[in-house]
Amino acid sequence: MNSPTPQFVPSRLSIYEPIHQIGIWGENFKRNGNPNTSTSLIVEVDNKLENESETTSHEMLAPTNNYEQEASKPIDKIQRRLAQNREAARKSRLRKKAYVQQLENSRLKLIQLEQELQRVTQQGLYMGGVLEGSHIGFSGTVNSGIAAFEMEYGRWVDVQHRQICELRTALNAHISDIELRILVKSGMGHYFELFRMKSTVAKADVFYVISGVWKTSAERFFSWIGGFRPSELLKLDPLTEQQILEVCNLKQSCQQAEDALSQGMEKLQETVSSTVAGGPVAEDSYIPQVATAMEKLEALVSFVNQADHLRQETLQQMSRILTTRQAARGLLALGEYFHRLRALSTLWATRPPEPSLP
Amino acid sequence: MYCEGDSWGCYLPMSLRSMGSDPMERVVKLASESAVVIFSVSSCCMCHAAKRLFCGMGVNPTVYELDQDPRGKEMEMALTTLLGNSQTVPIVFIGGKLIGAMDRVMASHINGSLVPLLKEAGALWL
Repeated sequence: MNSPTPQFVPSRLSIYEPIHQIGIWGENFKRNGNPNTSTSLIVEVDNKLENESETTSHEMLAPTNNYEQEASKPIDKIQRRLAQNREAARKSRLRKKAYVQQLENSRLKLIQLEQELQRVTQQGLYMGGVLEGSHIGFSGTVNSGIAAFEMEYGRWVDVQHRQICELRTALNAHISDIELRILVKSGMGHYFELFRMKSTVAKADVFYVISGVWKTSAERFFSWIGGFRPSELLKLDPLTEQQILEVCNLKQSCQQAEDALSQGMEKLQETVSSTVAGGPVAEDSYIPQVATAMEKLEALVSFVNQADHLRQETLQQMSRILTTRQAARGLLALGEYFHRLRALSTLWATRPPEPSLP
Repeated sequence: MYCEGDSWGCYLPMSLRSMGSDPMERVVKLASESAVVIFSVSSCCMCHAAKRLFCGMGVNPTVYELDQDPRGKEMEMALTTLLGNSQTVPIVFIGGKLIGAMDRVMASHINGSLVPLLKEAGALWL
């Protein structure tokens, strides 16, 4: 620690110019390399006179008794004030040092936690049944992409829940269509945001998205190409005759699009499978097959994107067909549905163990 | 007969087609010769999905596999230029008009504009 032991500056200065003294004292502070303890501290000390421990003041004062007490009272006071300043400055430096130390510790802790998080995420991926993970390590960028997504998704779910509650309140309160429209738009926009997030992490690790490890177990049960089936959106309310026709058409198109993508996925599985299995088994070299298979797997990213695109288009078409109120109810129902699936997952995970039969 | 295994609608032997020297011209010509035309790559699974989509609707698309045509590379490049660099096969034309890549096809099916186009081009009845 660099703070000097309290100097009794008055012994080095001519005492009789109080303002001059204070000026130089200010400089002293700066020369100690402590820009924080500027001359303003001197003013501070005035306010702190009650707060500063009287004992320290007394300690500081004691030596000053060695000075000629015949000197005028104001000089005494000034010396005492200066001593208190020094003490305050010293304490301030100590406090600052402690604070910086604390910050450094927190920073180290943060780095450790981040590393721990990455490690745990990796383990989570291993336990997701990704066998190859134990032999081929994940690169740093994959991990950080996944870690970032997990954090963002956690926030997404929280916002989702809040929006559902707002929708419910709004529908029960019978607010105007215009205000409801705003809620509907932000609800839809929230889903679109999720699709964007998924697109980004799919580039880092498409298997992560497709496996659905980022979702709860019950949601995963219903998963189709990395998310919900677009046709899930089409369970609906009372509709007018015109709407019934339009929804019927939408249902059909949606189903056809889903089937097409599913068949494309099947073809991809066949292709990758036959590529991996290809070549003479008698030989020990499989690198070319695996390398080719890797190229083909790139197509998986476009399927995930296309599936999300289908979800987005279906949502938008729904909002065109329905009235604002119907759309709001639809969004509420959808959000509530996923919320219940998550609750189901939690309940399932915490169910009591089955009694073993004798 | 149609859409079973690999027999898509009709595979036209391209070597017998008229040889426009400009690949773009060739693309446009081929596109206008059938109601529904898909430019595809045989190993592309998204192209497979596109073919299944039309077959599932009862439409018989005419498929050109660009990787099996000696001038397919040029045509693929011409198509990419036409659509902007992010777009790749499958690329669909209906009634000679460009619809686009899988994105656009899906979007237009969902928003209900695909079926009228198909009917207009005579690819779908009722």
